[in-house]
Amino acid sequence: MLEKTPSDRPDAAQRPEADTVGPHAVPLTLRVNGMTHTLSITPETTLAQALREQLDLTGTKIACDRGACSACTVWLDGAPVCSCMVLALEVGAREVTTIEGLTDREALHPVQAAFIEHDAIQCGFCTPGLIMSCVALLKRTPHPSEHEIRAAISGHLCRCGTYPHVLSAVLAAARTEEA
Amino acid sequence: MPEDLRTRSYPVGIAGVALEQLERNVADDEAPPLPPNARLSVIGQSTARLNGPAKVTGRATFTVDVKLPGMLHARMLRSVYPHARILSIDTGAAERQPGVRAIHVIEHPLGRAQELPGPGEPGDAHRRVRYVGDPIAALAAVTPKAAQAALERIVVDYQPLPFVIDLEDARRSDAPRVFDRPVRTEFFLGPAPQLPQHGNVHGPDTSASRGDAAAGLRAAELIVTGEFRTQVQTHCCLEPHALVADWRPEGLTVYISTQFTAGIREELAEAFGLPLNRVRVVVDAVGGGFGSKSRIGNYVLAAVELSRKAGAPVRLALDRHEEQIDSGNRPSTVQRIRLGARRDGTLTAVAIEAYGTAGVALGASVGNFAQSIYECAAFALEQSDVFTHAGPGCAMRAPGNVPGAFAYEQVIDELAERVGLDPLTLRERIDASPLRREQRRIGAERFGWSRRQPPGSSPGTLKRGLGMAQSHWPALIQINSSCEVRILRDGSVEVRSSVQDIGTGITTVLAQVVAEELGLSPQDIAVHIGDTDFPAGPPSYGSRTTASITPPARNAAYRALRLLMEVVAPSLGTTAERLIARGGRIGTLDASRSITFREAAAQLRNDQISAVASRSDDYGGFGRRMGDAAVGRMGLGGVQFAEVTVDTETGRVHVERVVAVHDCGRPMNPRQIESQVHGGILQGISYALFEERILDRHTGHMLNPNLEQYKILGARETPAIEVHVLENYQGNSATDAYGIAEPSIIATAPALANALYNAIGVRLRALPMTPAAVLTALGRVPCGSVPP
Ligand code: FES
Ligand code: FES
Repeated sequence: MLEKTPSDRPDAAQRPEADTVGPHAVPLTLRVNGMTHTLSITPETTLAQALREQLDLTGTKIACDRGACSACTVWLDGAPVCSCMVLALEVGAREVTTIEGLTDREALHPVQAAFIEHDAIQCGFCTPGLIMSCVALLKRTPHPSEHEIRAAISGHLCRCGTYPHVLSAVLAAARTEEA
Repeated sequence: MPEDLRTRSYPVGIAGVALEQLERNVADDEAPPLPPNARLSVIGQSTARLNGPAKVTGRATFTVDVKLPGMLHARMLRSVYPHARILSIDTGAAERQPGVRAIHVIEHPLGRAQELPGPGEPGDAHRRVRYVGDPIAALAAVTPKAAQAALERIVVDYQPLPFVIDLEDARRSDAPRVFDRPVRTEFFLGPAPQLPQHGNVHGPDTSASRGDAAAGLRAAELIVTGEFRTQVQTHCCLEPHALVADWRPEGLTVYISTQFTAGIREELAEAFGLPLNRVRVVVDAVGGGFGSKSRIGNYVLAAVELSRKAGAPVRLALDRHEEQIDSGNRPSTVQRIRLGARRDGTLTAVAIEAYGTAGVALGASVGNFAQSIYECAAFALEQSDVFTHAGPGCAMRAPGNVPGAFAYEQVIDELAERVGLDPLTLRERIDASPLRREQRRIGAERFGWSRRQPPGSSPGTLKRGLGMAQSHWPALIQINSSCEVRILRDGSVEVRSSVQDIGTGITTVLAQVVAEELGLSPQDIAVHIGDTDFPAGPPSYGSRTTASITPPARNAAYRALRLLMEVVAPSLGTTAERLIARGGRIGTLDASRSITFREAAAQLRNDQISAVASRSDDYGGFGRRMGDAAVGRMGLGGVQFAEVTVDTETGRVHVERVVAVHDCGRPMNPRQIESQVHGGILQGISYALFEERILDRHTGHMLNPNLEQYKILGARETPAIEVHVLENYQGNSATDAYGIAEPSIIATAPALANALYNAIGVRLRALPMTPAAVLTALGRVPCGSVPP
């Protein structure tokens, strides 16, 4: 259980002046997909839970709830993290991006389009998390080798076995980006 | 010939090898024969998944995403003992907890072998729990946290009883008994004669035996024997088992992550004494099932009970720990095989003695692999289930045939070596399947089988090996599968069936089938499935979905189109029989006059035309029928080739490459098929090299009940995979299409084992083939210092 608010977080000042928070719900401001939300959460609430249960952003999936599968991957200031391993209170002023915020409502990101084109989807439960990691990879490394893609998604579990098509989809998306 | 039959000519054979026409007498209202895929415009194309956009944007609704107003959250209380009598349960304190709305105590749990009533020890007045994780009670509260807190206030007075976890210990006559009385025998297919039961051993079942195996073994010129062991594997669906139950006075609606909406509806109606028209089962996206989401379980009954008691919708989703200990598993096996053969490799007898454990359930079988794949007149199979105090097994992707093939395909390779034949040459002699003959030929060529060196001859510490193995799975059909096609007055088209899409892509395939028939494109078709308000569709298990639902879909489209053509024929100055639908138009055969599909639909007097069709029998007849299921006359096959490297210093096995050649009748969507074959191969590799449920024999607790210590394959362990699918026509239904999920996993583990043997010259006969097992086999670790 979190007892102290992390004082090194930029937003620490926003919260009540107390050394301890909880066990009851506390107010929290989260910046998600470009919007600011004020919510009330108990301190042990993870970012994944806050997104799914309070903000109805259910595109972020929870499969193991302990950092083993990466289904819950979102970005914090553009960097992929397992949102089941981050407390909502720890997020602070960092910008959260979820699968719903990857692009404007209608348009698909080239990686999303490539996932469809290459059928890098079966049941689709791992898919949002995988896409968040793959898009983040292309932002860092626009022309990854297959080896780099494998490394970038090595924390993701896909029980349906979409990995071969994920690899070809990301390679293709990288080529499209170039074009 | 009866009046309503018509003689029609169907393409039969393997495209590109030998195709001929076969005449069949089929019912007059069946859609006419389809030509091979090369002459079709939508079927056989890799149409992109229609639910792809929803899945890549996070918009697809999985059951865990369903949220209803006033929804409560449920948790289950589970046994912490592997075996105990429950002397009392006190729920008083839990009931008084804030936010608690209902509590349900489970008295008659499902999902395990059921004891027969009758003589024997007098019935126990107390409920017994029989494995760690056995559900005891469930409770619903306003938040998940309140539910968990209240759960901890339920007081259970257990009287712990002796238990047995280890398979070999459980077979002893003095072992603690899991069941006091005989349990009801259950078979997956076919009639179930009651089997004997001694202690924890239920069986043997010898019903698959044929001929005189003892005589066959005596007549043999050589005998190959082997003992093989396979482990317990868990399904690890990424979406957990979950439902939202909404009990109302007017009826029950259940949103559930399931492989069989129509089956769940029937089971719920029976369990709660409701008529079918008061039960509705709904699902959109399903996050994996692999066999474990086929039936209702204790969690489903509990959530429905809680909803009934609380008068509110109740959500129940298992957590990962519960998934690992109580959502089913692939049972373990021990298989002793004796193969009698002549020096030319032909088989004189096969004798298999097998046992294994599905914990408190039945089902540790070796399937129908050995009995079906190779020619041998004398076959003896004795298989038994051994009960242990462990979570119940259930069907998992190609149940029985996966462990069965791991053992049998290795013995066949051993026989090949003993008689001095290449593994492919031996199979050429003993495998009558024309499909697999072609698959071996294509596979060997693409894979470069001729590069294979003698076993153990690979130099250096990193040794390379090549191996292959074959697959066999029955072609199953759910005969009570129905589908409706509606043509609406604006020219749009709907397909409706309760069939569910668990990720196999049936949504897209249904749109393709209907689009082909109506001369439209798949994007024009709205596919509404996963809801029992629609005509009852088949389950998504047994690789039977495509074979069961695509023929009725095509027939329904055909019949709806006929009705539309009747309406528009006068305006085109002709009769319906002289019209054809193609390229978005309906017109005369000679193309002299036509109108768009939309213009045609606009002529409808009513808002829509609808036709419902159900699965007809295979045109050539079924091989066998049992209740709602049937087995086609021709099985599904496949051949897989694997190349591995083995590091003889670390024991690590790496799969470099797999070439897989399969058949599934008429391939409907090659890219989706490829996806499924990838899935089968990758799950097969994961099973072969990494996965194992580990139970502590001293406490009965699972030691790796999560996804970090229970290892499954990831991207780094994924080899290069090449998939080839034959087009195999049989003229058996309106689409002639079959599934591929199960055939694609069966050959993988034995192909790896055979490749591993080829690399290091030592055979591994137990799964998983971990680095420790490899080093032990190589004599690099003193025997006994490595955990089994
Ligand atoms: S759910 Fe977060 S890593 Fe698995
Ligand atoms: S697509 Fe099913 S888990 Fe990845």
